[in-house]
Amino acid sequence: MSGAALLVRALREPGSIGACDWNALIGAARAEQLLGSLAFRMEGQAVPARVEAIFAAARREAAHVRTRALWEAEMCRRALAPLGIPVILMKGTAFHAAGLDASLGRSVGDLDILVPRDRLDAVEAALVEAGWERLKEAGGYDDSYYRRWMHELPPLIHKDRDRMIDVHHTILPLTARPRPDAAALIEASVILPGTGRDGQVAMSPGHGFGSRGEPNLPIATRSGAVEGGQHPAPHPLHHSPAANGPPPHPGEDCLRVLAPADMVVHAAAHLLADGDLAGGLRNLWDIDRLLREFDSPDFRATLAARARLHQLDGPVARALRLSSRLYGTPVAAGRLTLADRLFEARLLARNGWGQERRKLLRFAFYLRGHWLRMPPLMLARHLWTKAVMR
Amino acid sequence: MRHELALRIGPVAFRIGSAWRSPLDALARLYAGYPAPEDGLCDFTVRLEPERPWRRFIRPSVAIRGDYILPDAAPLSLAHGLLAAEMGMNLQMALGQRTWLLLHAATVEKDGRAIVMTGESGAGKSTLAALLGERGWRLMGDEFALLDIGSGALLPFPRAISLKNGAIGVMEAEVEAGRFGPRLAGTPKGDIRHLRPNAEAIARMDEGAKPALILFPRFGEAAAVRGVGQAEVFMRLTQASTNYVALGRRGFDALTDLVRNVPALAIDYPDTETAVGLIADFRRELAA
Repeated sequence: MSGAALLVRALREPGSIGACDWNALIGAARAEQLLGSLAFRMEGQAVPARVEAIFAAARREAAHVRTRALWEAEMCRRALAPLGIPVILMKGTAFHAAGLDASLGRSVGDLDILVPRDRLDAVEAALVEAGWERLKEAGGYDDSYYRRWMHELPPLIHKDRDRMIDVHHTILPLTARPRPDAAALIEASVILPGTGRDGQVAMSPGHGFGSRGEPNLPIATRSGAVEGGQHPAPHPLHHSPAANGPPPHPGEDCLRVLAPADMVVHAAAHLLADGDLAGGLRNLWDIDRLLREFDSPDFRATLAARARLHQLDGPVARALRLSSRLYGTPVAAGRLTLADRLFEARLLARNGWGQERRKLLRFAFYLRGHWLRMPPLMLARHLWTKAVMR
Repeated sequence: MRHELALRIGPVAFRIGSAWRSPLDALARLYAGYPAPEDGLCDFTVRLEPERPWRRFIRPSVAIRGDYILPDAAPLSLAHGLLAAEMGMNLQMALGQRTWLLLHAATVEKDGRAIVMTGESGAGKSTLAALLGERGWRLMGDEFALLDIGSGALLPFPRAISLKNGAIGVMEAEVEAGRFGPRLAGTPKGDIRHLRPNAEAIARMDEGAKPALILFPRFGEAAAVRGVGQAEVFMRLTQASTNYVALGRRGFDALTDLVRNVPALAIDYPDTETAVGLIADFRRELAA
C-alpha cells in the first residue's frame, strides 16, 4: 500500500488502523499537509505512545494555526473596512472562521479572499497602505500576466507578519473554459456573525490562547464567538436564507464566506479545473468534510444547480465520485470513469517516505494544468516567454 | 528508499533514508552505541536524495529533504554526505519540533544542575560543551536544548558534536581517535569533524536536569563576566528559539518561567581553558 493509500484509509476509517507502518503514515500525512486532520481523526484510537505524542502535538498546533489564520483575516478586515465592500474569506481561513468540520486540524498557508472585480484597485491600494507588499515586479511579465488573465491579483505579502494574501475576483483564471458567475458567488455569500465593528471572532480571548492545549479546543470553539465553549452558537451556515446577509451595502465591515454549495463548487474547481493536483488529497478531504456537514436533500439540489450556474458541473461530479471513492463520502456519485482512475492514481502518487512517485503521470497532469488554463496559442507564448526568462 | 537507518537521540527518533550507502555507513559508525528507536517508530524523516535523477551517479549531489524542507537549501557533495544527514536532522528539529521549546544552545550538567550556553555561531558553545563533557560534566547536547513545557526541566539531546575549524584540534588533543567521524574539508562552514559524546552522555540520554544557569559566552575577548537583565535574557532566548512563536502561549509561559527562575550571565573569554575555569567557579557559587 502506498503511503498515500495508507493515509486515505486512516482518514476514512481511523478504527481500521491497527498495526501499520506508522512512519509511512506520518510521513505521507506531513507531505500532504494532512497531519493535523489525521491527528484529530485518530483521537481516541489506541496508537503507540510515540505516535500519540506526534498526534497530540499536531492537535495543539492546530489551535495556533487557527489563531494565526483568524488574526490574519481580522487584519485584512480592518484594512478593507473603510471601502464598504463585501470581503469573502475562502478555503482554509473560511473553514476556520465559519467553524466548519473541515477546519479540524486544517493547515492554512495564504489568506484567500474574494472581492468584487470592479473594486480590485481600491482593495490593492488599501492593502498596500496597510503594509502588504508586492512580490512580483510591477509591470513585469508575471505581474502583467496576473492582472490580465488570472482570477487573482499578483500575491501580496505582509512586511511584518510575512503572510501572503491572494485577492481573488473569481474562482478560475479568465482563460479557463468554464466561466463561474462571480457576482452570484458574492450575492449568495454569508455574513460571519461576530465580525465587524463589534467583532470578536478573531480576537475573542477564548480562542487559541485560552486553549492551554486542551485537545478538543477547535471543536469547542468551532462556531464563531463561543462563550466558554458551553453553548456553541448555531452554525451560521445552517440558517439558510435568513442568515444570508443583506446585499452588500456601503459601510459593510463584516467578513463573509461563500454559501455552502458555492464552497463545494469552489473546492472542486480548485482541485479539478485548475492546477496539477499536487497536494490534492487535502483539497479532496475538504470536499469530503463539507459534503458530510452540509448534506441534505435540499443541499444536493442546490449544489447541482450552483454547479451548473458556474459551468462547473463536470468538475463537481468528478469531485463527488473521487471523494466517495477515496474517503467513502456518502453521496450518490455514480461509477468511476476510466479518466477518474487516472485522477485517483495521481492523488495517491506518494510513498511512505513522503516522496512523489509516478513521474510520467504527474507530468501529464502538469501539462493538463496548463492546458486547462490557456488556449494553445497562448500556452505556447507563455511557455516560450518563461523559457526565455530563465 | 534504497538505504535507511533509524536513530534515537534522547527523546527524539529519526529515520534517515538515502539514495547512497556511504552517508549512512558514516552515520552508523559515528552513532555506534546509540539505541534504536522502540519498535522502529520515528518522529521525523530525513531523506538524502539526488538533486536530479542523474545526479545519483554523475557528480553526485546530495539534496537534504524530509518532512520539513528549506526550499533554497544548497545540495552538498557526496563526500559531505554525513554532514547532509546531520543537517537534515537539525532541520527537522528546527522546523518541525512542537513538543518541547527548542533553544539553539549547548547544555552540560553536573549534580542535577544544568548550564545552558547560547550565543551566535562562533561564540564557542559547541567547543565549550565538548570540553566540559570531557572534564567531569555530562554533555546533554551541543546544538539544541529541549525545555519541557510542563516541568521546566531540560531534556538531553546528545547528538554528535559538530566541531569546526580550530575547535577540531582542541578536541583531538583531548579525546581518543575512535570517537571522531571523518574530517570533512571545505564544507560551506569550513572544516568540520564530528565527535561522538562519551559513554556517560549516551547512557544517560533519558535523564533530564533542572536548569541552574543561563550563559551567553563570547569567544575572543578578554575575560569578563557581567549579569544580564531578565528582559534581555528573554529577548535573546526568543531569538535563540526556532519554535517559540509556533508554540503560542505555552512557549511564552515556559520561557518566562525559565527566565524568572534561572540566573543569567554573559562571559567573554580569550581561550577555552579560561572559560572552563570560569564555569567551575560558577558551579561552586551555585552549589554554595
